[in-house]
Amino acid sequence: MSKRRVVVTGLGPVTPIGVGVDAFWQALLDGRSGTHRIESFDPSRFDSQIGGEIADVRKVNDFVPKGYRKAGKIMARDIELAVVAAWHAVMDAGLRTKCIIERADAEGPQNLDSARFGANIGAGLICADLGELSEALAQSTTEDLFSLRIWGNEGMQNLTPLWLLKFLPNMLACHVTIVHDAQGPSNTITCGEASSHLAIGEAYRTIERGTADVCICGGAESKANPMALIRQSLGKRLSTRNDAPESACRPFGKDRDGTVATEGGGLVILESLEHAQARGARIYAELVGFGAAHDAHTPMQPTTPHPEGRGVALAAQKALRDAGLANADVRLVVPMACGLSVHDASEAAGLRSLFDDVPVMAVNGGIGNNGAGTGAIDFIAACLAVHHNTITAAVNSDPLDTECGLNVVLDGPVDAPVDVALTTAYALGGGQNAALALKAFR
Amino acid sequence: MNRRVVITGMGWVTPLGCDLERTWQRLLGGESGVSTTAIFDAGTFPTQFSAQVKGFDFDAILGDRAAQHISASRNARFALAAAEMAWSHAGLNGAHGVSAEMVGVYPGGGEGPLDFGNFAAAAVNGWDNEQRTLDAVRWADVAYERLSAVHELEQDPNCAASHIACRFNAQGPNFNTLTACAASTQALGEAAAQIRRGDADIMISGGAHSMIHPLGVTGFNRLTALSTRNDEPTTASRPFDRTRDGFVLGEGAGMLILEELENARRRGASILAEIVGFGSTADAFRVTDIHEEGRGATASMRMALDDADVKTDQIDYISAHGTGTEENDKLETLAIRNVFGDNAKNVAVSSIKSMMGHLVAAAGAVELITCVLAIRDKVIPPTSNYVHPDPNCPLDYVPNEPRQHDVNVCLSNSFGFGGQNDTLIVRQMT
Repeated sequence: MSKRRVVVTGLGPVTPIGVGVDAFWQALLDGRSGTHRIESFDPSRFDSQIGGEIADVRKVNDFVPKGYRKAGKIMARDIELAVVAAWHAVMDAGLRTKCIIERADAEGPQNLDSARFGANIGAGLICADLGELSEALAQSTTEDLFSLRIWGNEGMQNLTPLWLLKFLPNMLACHVTIVHDAQGPSNTITCGEASSHLAIGEAYRTIERGTADVCICGGAESKANPMALIRQSLGKRLSTRNDAPESACRPFGKDRDGTVATEGGGLVILESLEHAQARGARIYAELVGFGAAHDAHTPMQPTTPHPEGRGVALAAQKALRDAGLANADVRLVVPMACGLSVHDASEAAGLRSLFDDVPVMAVNGGIGNNGAGTGAIDFIAACLAVHHNTITAAVNSDPLDTECGLNVVLDGPVDAPVDVALTTAYALGGGQNAALALKAFR
Repeated sequence: MNRRVVITGMGWVTPLGCDLERTWQRLLGGESGVSTTAIFDAGTFPTQFSAQVKGFDFDAILGDRAAQHISASRNARFALAAAEMAWSHAGLNGAHGVSAEMVGVYPGGGEGPLDFGNFAAAAVNGWDNEQRTLDAVRWADVAYERLSAVHELEQDPNCAASHIACRFNAQGPNFNTLTACAASTQALGEAAAQIRRGDADIMISGGAHSMIHPLGVTGFNRLTALSTRNDEPTTASRPFDRTRDGFVLGEGAGMLILEELENARRRGASILAEIVGFGSTADAFRVTDIHEEGRGATASMRMALDDADVKTDQIDYISAHGTGTEENDKLETLAIRNVFGDNAKNVAVSSIKSMMGHLVAAAGAVELITCVLAIRDKVIPPTSNYVHPDPNCPLDYVPNEPRQHDVNVCLSNSFGFGGQNDTLIVRQMT
């Protein structure tokens, strides 16, 4: 079977700097930061007290059909973010799914076949609602100590019967596929920060080989809770610049000291070119290459990346080979750029081994790192850069670390022909790497 | 270019042992791996038994390399050990002409078990009963003191895939999927697609999971998904039997070496079977229930049959998801009847979960291994504990005794919470 061409027709970012494609792009153009002192709980006991909670996500019930509102009760925050992102992506693509029709958000009949509509969503290790769980656990104590015997007998009855279903990673895809009636191939990728790229790449393959016509893909995660924060803190991944929360995350910056644990992600609509053209869809860019690799460097946690960025370079090379492009064709790189000292150095080394002085758009200075949804945000930024032929400036990266040696765009936005863009991602703990290549659609 | 995908090695860590052949014989003998839960004190839980891995010696399987993976969780250790046995079974130790960039890893890997005792201590300290809220300061006081960086970070579901990549210097595509109980069938199907397309020559794929910990059992008990036959654990798992009352939680890993056919031939590998079909669908119906007509499962089996270009009358054996819950077994049966029509009554269907328990994310991999062994030895493993026929389940479930049969093509189903459906088809190598 010949390979089918795949295009990006809808973008649904949900980020600390903006929700929905217009707000997100405007925030990137304006160079805004969305990180701030954590507000949803008292962070004063934590090393890092900075977060990126998305205040302007309205209630998830505003994004589902009326009949589905009850299900909102069993959605962890990660799931809510995915459901909100899905609505934005589907609307942006002009798709009339079951949800859109039932909510009367757009007029006209369904314009895609549910059986050929797939989903591939990156997810993290979803944190249980600590308040809910702590309340239940605290009722199973003797002399102030937790007792497993009391828990087994009666304590666990304090949890709602559907408790487990709030936290299974595949529940992001589950709710999204129900709400939008996506009955085609479905998957959930759980590879830390590489999840979104891997999910988008696999969805791309699914359409390319003809198993689906349309896929909703990307990822979402929330690290805006004490458990996620402490995991990142124990892993020494976080900036402790608590007196300057807006400028704490400094990708490739000279004085970077870690990332910021935030929440967010994004879902996008991939579509076969034929399907997109048949319905007259707007095309942001063509997805032309995907590469995945592992750096096979350190098995033990906390992992460190390969010092030469072997995994990043290999994934990028594979994506370009897949696209039939040369390194010199690349006009823009959107890396993960998370602001960790060793990790940024590794990523930069990997990119330097392939590219001479290509402009680098580092978008996460004001967004931080949410885990599984981080890559989707980068991918959306790369699509918009291609679509608008515009490169936005990095937030907080000035002064640059000259040892990273990348051409990070600091002043902007810049008008530039972005015919080919490459975006890369890697798992902070685990060594998975992935890259996606985009081309202006012609 | 039509690249074919074959299986050249298999390894598992199961409640019935870790040796491929001996465990297979125990399955054929209808033995049970279920017993009273010993990993933690489940003595007051609604379900007090499970199918725990026994006789697992990580150090013996990994040898000198064990020290490099000392931080691995219980889940990742199962995965790594199964991968080690599969790699060795495939004759890949010291093999030449294998490019590191073309060796990938794709498990359906579960999360590592929570550090429950310390987690609970922080929760108890953090709960402010007067304000009815979590006091994050008090919580963090204990959490910082008691939680360990290594244990927390190794819980991430991608860690098993990472340990495997580092062990075998596998620099190719590295994924992890976690689609609940369907995860390893999903992983194997997607891994095969990677090879077919030319993105890898070899994939180490399968699954690993352990949810036999207090919150895992709590979660399933609250869903009333588990059998509560505490007085008869070895016969508690009763797939397709009218008296079934839920599944029995198991743990373990199954790993397979998938390889491009020409690559396997070139290095003289023995070819165990060919993966010929894969289907994946979403019910897109409800979070809690399977579609009442088995819509997603039906579509998944049809998609796999189409992919394999195999007709229903060519299927010799269906390795069912067969969990032993009222709903699954009834609707899986219905879906098989939807797909197979008049042929449904002629095809042998069995569930090894009757003996192994339900290995959650690892279940599909272990079941695919039994399909390959069924093809090799021309014998179908039984559904154990099948005594009372259920009018809603009128198929041939191979009750209690293994059956000699000329098995050439097998279909294996896995379904996950949230309406995830996956189907694989394997065929004798021709």
